Amino acid sequence: MSDAAGTAAARGPSLARRLRTSWHVRIGGTILGMLVLVAVLAPLITSYDPARPDVPQRFVLPSRMHVFGTDNLGRDIFSRVIYGSRVSLRIGFVSVGIAFSCGVTLGLLAGYYQALDNPIMWVMDVFLAFPGLLLAIAILGALGPSLTNAMIAVGIAATPTFVRITRSAVLRVRNREYVEACRAVGATDRRIILRHVLPNISSEVIVTTTLSMAAAILAASVLSFLGLGAQPPTPEWGAMVFVAKDYLNIAPHLAMFPILAIFVTVLGFNFLGDGLRDALDPRLYR
Amino acid sequence: MLLFIVRRLLLAVPVLLGVSVLVFLILHLTPGNPALVVAGPDAPPEVVKEVEKALGLDQPLYVQYGRYLVRILHGDFGRSIRSREQVFERLRTTFPVTLTLAMVGVIFTAVVSVPLGILAAYHRNSPIDLATIFLVLTGSAMPVFAVGLILLWIFSVQLRWFPLSGFASMATLDGWWHIALPAITVSGGTIALLARLTRSSMLEVLNQEYVRTARAKGVREVLVVVRHAFRNALLPVITVIGLQFGFLLSGAVVTESIFSLPGMGRLLVQAILGRDFPIVQGAVLLAAVTFVLTNLLVDVLYATVDPRIRYE
Repeated sequence: MSDAAGTAAARGPSLARRLRTSWHVRIGGTILGMLVLVAVLAPLITSYDPARPDVPQRFVLPSRMHVFGTDNLGRDIFSRVIYGSRVSLRIGFVSVGIAFSCGVTLGLLAGYYQALDNPIMWVMDVFLAFPGLLLAIAILGALGPSLTNAMIAVGIAATPTFVRITRSAVLRVRNREYVEACRAVGATDRRIILRHVLPNISSEVIVTTTLSMAAAILAASVLSFLGLGAQPPTPEWGAMVFVAKDYLNIAPHLAMFPILAIFVTVLGFNFLGDGLRDALDPRLYR
Repeated sequence: MLLFIVRRLLLAVPVLLGVSVLVFLILHLTPGNPALVVAGPDAPPEVVKEVEKALGLDQPLYVQYGRYLVRILHGDFGRSIRSREQVFERLRTTFPVTLTLAMVGVIFTAVVSVPLGILAAYHRNSPIDLATIFLVLTGSAMPVFAVGLILLWIFSVQLRWFPLSGFASMATLDGWWHIALPAITVSGGTIALLARLTRSSMLEVLNQEYVRTARAKGVREVLVVVRHAFRNALLPVITVIGLQFGFLLSGAVVTESIFSLPGMGRLLVQAILGRDFPIVQGAVLLAAVTFVLTNLLVDVLYATVDPRIRYE
């Protein structure tokens, strides 16, 4: 039994209704739905190869032939932005996948087993001593610049957030009556953690995952902008701006469209994350 | 208070040790033989062996770490692989630039976001509140480099109001001229975050009974907001300003690259691209230590503002 069910009546509107009526969720969901659609249908949306140079066509301004214009090598920017959505979604899923699997596991262990709490949290405190992107940059310093390494680095750097949130959520539910009842009837720790603790902390984890997607895409774009992430000719939005910055004077449109793409995508994940948090937080409805 | 500071200092020691272990491991996490990375891919085996010996790589890992710790405690961060310069010297010349950028960024963040957050909370649902919400949304979804490039394009390339790049002493007007756009760039995201926090913190406090009491006894509205409400809303704001200092340090990496500032962030990126490990280790260590010490300072400040913290 979950404690969520027990307080359902006090929560007001149902979760599904709260999600449906939240304009944060609507905007975020629409943006991300379109992003996924664009990523999947990329070859149908554009006929230009995002990596194929066409030097005589360089720096073409936005026109009917090239909706977003062309870059320094004559590549179609619209095509690169469209295919870039695939790269960005991959970055988001891989990085957050790493952070999620490591972070939730460690957070569950730290929260549930007191003996593991201090050592795990000490390691996390050490990780958190590296501000912002610095941990990811340091890891890239060791592994070397590449898109795969950037995804790993961003994933590791995001792990402490998952550990902290999972741990504090586990501490909240660890001594609840239903967990004690499970212990009393002889359930194994593994069963208690996976079947009773994890489902009851899922709202915190879901919100963190959504907001971390935004942070991961943003972080990876910054790393690519510094030349430490995706390498040419990968159509990654940050890497596109990295090239575009040298032509700001003569062709600002090179930077404008990938920046807009990053902005809209991150905004989408932020909206969805905020909406989910509001919808999943019962305190707001009491 | 002294006891509190000593306790916090002692708590920072294990974290700093952990940081040094992680930074030490940067070279050892490198795929392949670290000596080969240092000596270069085409180096003959005898040179690689020599480098291995010079770096102590033939020793067990804990011995290597012990030696590393002793060296950095003596300020010896080694020499750059590329230029053979002392890493300490490179950090000594570049760190002040980054620190200046972060400090001007913190001041700028506080000066802009705190009044904005107060006004937005006080005039809830007014145009200024909506403008703040818009700023928060934009700031949190815009990468640092985008803010920098947009400012650079408008104010340096098109209007030519600010220099394109470079750094000058802050004792001169020219120095402030050079740091203005980078400081706005580096603080873009933090302004959004802090304005949001100040707004929500003020909204909470403005509904408290002591604020109503202050109004009831006829205190002027400005004083109610500044003295009664803001002082109590200040605590979370201080914490976040302190934390943001660290994020400004890491944001400086990008900003320095855009505005070609001769700071530690730019040095770090160039060192990673050039596989110059001693510089990477030195710069990362210095940034992390600065962040830990800043947090310590914020804790002390927090305890000074709110005496309850000390007795917990």
